[in-house]
Amino acid sequence: MSKQEWPLYEVFIRSKAGLSHRHAGSVHAADDQMALDNARDTYTRRSEGVSLWVVRSDRIVASDPAESAAFFEPAEDKIYRHPTFYDIPDGVENL
Amino acid sequence: MYTQGLDQAGKDKQLASEAEDRLSAFQARVDAEEKIEAKDWMPEAYRRTLVRQISQHAHSEIIGMQPEGNWLTRAPSLKRKAILLAKVQDEAGHGLYLYSAAETLGVSRDQMVADLLSGKAKYSSIFNYPTLSWADIGAIGWLVDGAAIMNQIPLCRCSYGPYARAMVRVCKEESFHQRQGFDIMHALCSGSDKQKAMAQDALDRWWWPSLMMFGPNDSESKHSAQSMAWKIKRFSNDELRQKFVDVTVQQADFLGLSIPDDDLQFDDTTGHYTFGEIDWQEFLDVIAGNGPCNRQRLEKRKQAHDDGAWVREAAQEYALKQAARTAA
Amino acid sequence: MNSEQALNRYTLRLADNALILAQRMLELVAAGPELEEELANANFALDYIGQARMFYSYAAEREGQGRTEDDFAFMRDEHEFGNLLLLEQPNGHFGDALVRQFLFEIFYRHLLDALTQCADQRLREIAARAIKEVDYHCRHSSQWMIRLGDGTGFSHARVQASLDDAWRFTGEMFVADDVDKLMQDGFDGPDLAAIHALWRRDVGKVVAEATLDLPADEWMADGGKQGRHSEHFGFLLAEMQYLQRSFPGATW
Repeated sequence: MSKQEWPLYEVFIRSKAGLSHRHAGSVHAADDQMALDNARDTYTRRSEGVSLWVVRSDRIVASDPAESAAFFEPAEDKIYRHPTFYDIPDGVENL
Repeated sequence: MYTQGLDQAGKDKQLASEAEDRLSAFQARVDAEEKIEAKDWMPEAYRRTLVRQISQHAHSEIIGMQPEGNWLTRAPSLKRKAILLAKVQDEAGHGLYLYSAAETLGVSRDQMVADLLSGKAKYSSIFNYPTLSWADIGAIGWLVDGAAIMNQIPLCRCSYGPYARAMVRVCKEESFHQRQGFDIMHALCSGSDKQKAMAQDALDRWWWPSLMMFGPNDSESKHSAQSMAWKIKRFSNDELRQKFVDVTVQQADFLGLSIPDDDLQFDDTTGHYTFGEIDWQEFLDVIAGNGPCNRQRLEKRKQAHDDGAWVREAAQEYALKQAARTAA
Repeated sequence: MNSEQALNRYTLRLADNALILAQRMLELVAAGPELEEELANANFALDYIGQARMFYSYAAEREGQGRTEDDFAFMRDEHEFGNLLLLEQPNGHFGDALVRQFLFEIFYRHLLDALTQCADQRLREIAARAIKEVDYHCRHSSQWMIRLGDGTGFSHARVQASLDDAWRFTGEMFVADDVDKLMQDGFDGPDLAAIHALWRRDVGKVVAEATLDLPADEWMADGGKQGRHSEHFGFLLAEMQYLQRSFPGATW
């Protein structure tokens, strides 16, 4: 008989239509259906959601914090991507 | 060959200085109120401290279901029954959130549960006291949850992200717990003499154990200084205990109940209450396993775990079969 | 008994079913096989307590004698309760408790469905609310039946034994007595024979998927609806009613 614990699932909740799903926490479950039930019974007790996603934690591909400089810092000096970079001449509106 | 030892010494030195750099970079992040996330580098002692604290916290929630669960089948009205069940369920949920937070640090829930059941891991001493009357349910909500919330609110700002996020959820949900406890006490104190006596008896028994919940005096607390530096902890045990006494005395007055402490006095110069000495021997005994209900609480937990083994295994076996069928 | 009185009795039976099942489920708190299942059990028990309160409040209103939901729950004696025998049986192990939930919930779901079509507006409204909750319970208990039945050899044998053991309490659900008949004739109430067929279909489907065998319909116990309960029931009530009985008239 196996002694291993049930796999871990990450739970994402859409709190209302129009918003994206947001990470809420995790649950253990033996299978996908159970993961959905467990997420419902754990994380939506106070009407927190209208839609649920669950995904096995070991299926998530994540960036490595050790590489965060290479991943994210190159974006920092591309300030021309932000509208605040540009001066708008006085007298110009609705731009 | 001759220089092997020297090379090693040089390497050690280099490693040591690298480690020191990482440590000070880590501390700088904490000092700047940056959150530490699961996969970030962290000192081993920080990780160990968190695992210990978060799992203890989780265990306390889970064991804490028992004293209140003890009155679920006897709650005196359907409304009280529903409220109490919602509260005990929250405790299960909070245990779950906290185990999840600890799992991000690389320890499995199975391992944490095994440590609890073997007696290796600790949980809050308060849950080793018995609930002898319905008023105890009121006293637990009012005093124990009141004390807990004081401890927990600062944890929402803990430096470790997953713990802080779990605590935000916990604190949000717990906000009704203390109120429902006070509400029970209020109903009793507005009732018959017998009901009022029941309330006073509960306060008499739960007051001192509640003060013990904040842990040893600051002078005796071995983990405090480091935890403060790491911003796992924000206020000292004695600071929180003082705050608790200050607010609770006034609430007891409102109920018309008396706090069982002859030394309790308001100090005009400090603006705080001074109170009597806690029986630390009792605290140490309960922590060491010798409280009124220690064995009973663990035994019940163990029983549930053992009784559930075949169910957990069956579900796993079914999942394996399903996966094989899908693959075929 | 006229049909108005039958409706009162019928409403109380619905309330009693919900309350007594919830009471048994409360005994399972802090004893679940896994933390997540603990939360589910509490959710379902909360649903049942909520339903019991709605039915009792309606019964109290109909009676119009100043009794409250708590008077019905805590101040009546054994023979005044009309819950099914199945629901008052001791929990046993996880499989026993699961089978009880499963067999009742499939029945209850169809009963509520029929009640959403009955002639009494309040019952229709309560049933419409409750059925959403019970729909989810059915999903949960059906899935667990399948997991245990089609799980390990041990779990299969164990849940089969639970099913065989509980079967004798299912007959009562479908035997229409005077109250049921007056309810059906006077208020377009549930047709228990029709529900029996639906129940057999749904239970049979899950039992088959769980690789279990449907027990044969042999001797069936009855009496719960009419207030003749099993020995276990007195203890359940003694525990549940203890405070209200020890402090008559007190407010909590």
